[in-house]
Amino acid sequence: MLRRERRSVLGVEAVGPYTLLRVARGGLDPGTPGQFFMLEAPGRLLPRPMSVCLAPPGELGFLIDPVGSGTRALCGLGAGDRLGILGPLGNGFRLDVERPVLVGGGIGVAPFPYLSERLGAPAPAAVLGFRSAWHAEAAELVPNAEVVLEPTYVTDVMPAGHDVLACGPAPMLEAVRRLAARAQLAWEAPMACGYGACYGCAVEIDGELKRLCVEGPVLAAA
Amino acid sequence: MRLLNASGCLDALTAPEAVRELDAYVTKTVTPLARGGNSPVRIAETEVGMLNAIGLANPGIEAFVEEHLPRLARLGVPIWVSVGGFTVDDYVRVSERLDGFPEVSTLELNLSCPNVDEVPENVGEVVAAVRAVTAKPLYAKLSPAVADVTQTARAAEAAGADGLSLVNTIRGLALHERTLRPLLARGAGGLSGPALRPIALAAVHTCRRATELPIVGMGGVATGRHALELLAAGATDLAIGTAFFSDPGSTTRIRCELAAELATLGFANPDNAVGATHEPEGPTLDRGSSVDGEKYLHTTANMEG
Repeated sequence: MLRRERRSVLGVEAVGPYTLLRVARGGLDPGTPGQFFMLEAPGRLLPRPMSVCLAPPGELGFLIDPVGSGTRALCGLGAGDRLGILGPLGNGFRLDVERPVLVGGGIGVAPFPYLSERLGAPAPAAVLGFRSAWHAEAAELVPNAEVVLEPTYVTDVMPAGHDVLACGPAPMLEAVRRLAARAQLAWEAPMACGYGACYGCAVEIDGELKRLCVEGPVLAAA
Repeated sequence: MRLLNASGCLDALTAPEAVRELDAYVTKTVTPLARGGNSPVRIAETEVGMLNAIGLANPGIEAFVEEHLPRLARLGVPIWVSVGGFTVDDYVRVSERLDGFPEVSTLELNLSCPNVDEVPENVGEVVAAVRAVTAKPLYAKLSPAVADVTQTARAAEAAGADGLSLVNTIRGLALHERTLRPLLARGAGGLSGPALRPIALAAVHTCRRATELPIVGMGGVATGRHALELLAAGATDLAIGTAFFSDPGSTTRIRCELAAELATLGFANPDNAVGATHEPEGPTLDRGSSVDGEKYLHTTANMEG
């Protein structure tokens, strides 16, 4: 059942240049890692899709990069503010993998803390790439992470023979899929609705348009 | 008064429960052949609305009637099919194919896609050609981006349309904050949402006077008050569009808000409010009793203030 709920902000914390927005869960299912919620951005017409970063009891945490009007509005929220929230939506990562390695770039690391937790102990290895040491502060949220900074790329140090679960900018995902045909890749695109209504988030993958909110955002590499 | 969705703003197969709240469901526009639509990026938000350039993505008429229509029929909501094309023959082909399906209640001709010529003569030509191949009710969906929308509306009426859908989006452009390039891959896109509302209101208002046709009013309806205003301007039915993108439960919320708005102004039901703007005595706060001159002046002052 698709129903937009209203929830309170519990807290807002800076993580490098990013913001961790903590929202009261109140009965919402956090879903599978890689799934996302549409968050109402104050003063904006359209909500913004955010994958779950952390799901401790009673909370949903979203790691947000303030790159545009909507994400800046979300980062400007304070404890006690209320917002509309719809989800969980889309398809997350398959967790039935034998030798997982998490491969992420920049704000693409957002779903990894929750993904790592759900994959269970021992924490899977993670290879995370950032453009600066400041951005790399987000890696502190991910257990067992190896950090590389530009100009080194995650694909330079990605271990072979693993089940790759990746999230990051499109060029990074394209590079990962060339090396790991069985990888699971979490893509992103601007979305208006998040539940298949607008057809706005269609992306072309191998010449085929896919609605990321319905068929993704996590898609098989091949 | 019926509440519908604007074409392309709700997918019945991904949000069936949202569709069941409607009085009729309007499909995404169907064309003769399958279309993948435009390349991404396809949507963008602006300060006053959203832009889309989806590009009539649809499975084509054959896959639609074979695969989609049976599933839509099971929802138990009357189905309106939005019909599109690039030539008169495209519209005829799709409409003719749909004519034999009793589960299709109404055809809405999308005569206002940015890729289609929008001159009134063409609207009349398309409506007349489709009229000849189907007995189903025909609604003509028009663009407000013309010098005089009543001219297009009259052309549709003269050609045999049974109703009007007012309005479609208007072409707009949004630029990237830093690169100053268009945000949409296609460049411009259709502007919907709050910016479209006064434009829709004007189109409905003027077409209500110009034609006898029932009108589905749409354009930025997000609250019960917005719904009430379109009814008052002359819409007989309403469609919700962009509001669905932030809340799939918009239909029931707007329906409840509209009931409250109607009660506040003393209308017994939505149909009583249709065309209220055009009543010579103007709206009063106490409908059903004789017009109170003082109250009328007071109401007018409020509206102007």
